[in-house]
Amino acid sequence: MPATSIRRDAVAIGLATGAYAISYGVLAVAAGLSVAQTCAMSLLVFTGASQFAVVGVLGAGGGVPAALAPALLLAARNALYGLSLVDVLRGRLASRALQAQLIIDESTAMARAQGDIVTARRAFLATGVSVFVCWNLGTLAGAVLGGSLGDPRALGLDAMFPAAFLALLAPQLGRPAARTAAIYGGILALVLVPFTPVGVPILAAILGVVPATRALRRAAEPVA
Amino acid sequence: MTWSAVLGLGAAAYALKAVGPVVIGRRPVRPDLARVLELVAVPLLAALVLVQTFGGGGRLVLDARAPALCVAALLVWRRAPFLVVVLAAAGTAALLRAAAG
Repeated sequence: MPATSIRRDAVAIGLATGAYAISYGVLAVAAGLSVAQTCAMSLLVFTGASQFAVVGVLGAGGGVPAALAPALLLAARNALYGLSLVDVLRGRLASRALQAQLIIDESTAMARAQGDIVTARRAFLATGVSVFVCWNLGTLAGAVLGGSLGDPRALGLDAMFPAAFLALLAPQLGRPAARTAAIYGGILALVLVPFTPVGVPILAAILGVVPATRALRRAAEPVA
Repeated sequence: MTWSAVLGLGAAAYALKAVGPVVIGRRPVRPDLARVLELVAVPLLAALVLVQTFGGGGRLVLDARAPALCVAALLVWRRAPFLVVVLAAAGTAALLRAAAG
C-alpha cells in the first residue's frame, strides 16, 4: 500500500474510533467514573474493548473486581498481537517500549495487511498514533459532554455496549473454530446470569475455547 | 472505581502489550499455540454481547436492548461503519422506550 493511502486509511480509522471514544466517555461517566479517571483509562489502558467491559460491568451494578477481570482477559489478546508484531516493532528498547502502547486491534490489522516489513512498520505507526490521538480526544469530549446528557437509558446508551461488542466480534467469526467458541461461550454466559454475580458469566465464557480447540484439531487433521 | 484500579489496569494492560516487543524481542510464537490464543477474545466478546443485551440485575430480561441488537446485527452484516452501528442501536432503544412511555 503506498504511503498516501496508508495515511488516508490511518486517519479514517482514527476518526471512526474517535467517535466511538465519545460514546466510551459518555458511558464511563454515566457508570460513575470521574472525568479524570475516564481520560486516564484511555491514556493508560488504551484498549477499547477492555475499557467498555469495565464501564459495562460497573454500569450494570458489578463491583470493581468483577469489572477488572473481563477487562484483563480482553486485554490479553494484545499480548498475542505484540508477539505477532516482533518483526515489525524494531528499534532500541526505549522506542519499542513506547510503540508497545500502540498495540491494538486496528494498528495490528493495518500492519498485517501490508506486503513487506517496512510498509507494515509505517502502517502500524500511522494507525497507532492516529487512533491514540483521536481516542483520547474523543474520550475527553464524551466525558465532559456526558454529564449534561441526562438519563443514559432514555438515550439508549446501554444498547450501545452490545452493539459495539458485536461490531468488534463479527470480523473474527470467519473461522469455524471462532464461531464454535462464540456460540459455546455466549450460551454458557447467558445460562449463568441468574446464578452468579455480575462479571462471572463473562469470565466463564472463556471455556468456549475448549470445544473450539477440538474443532481446530479436527481441522488440522489431514482429510482421509 | 478507585484510582488504584485505574492505574492497576493501565499497568497490566501495558505489561501485556509489552510482552512481545520488549520482553521476547524477536522470537516468534509457535503457530499452533498462537491459533488457540487468538480465539481467547472471541467467546468473551460473544458473552459481552449477550449478557449486556439480556442481563439485568442478576436476571435474564427482554427489553428494548434486544431489538436494538437486532438492528445492530443487520447493520454489521451490511458492513455499516462502526459509528452507524452503535448509534443505530442507541436510537432504536431510545425510540422504543419513548414509545412505551
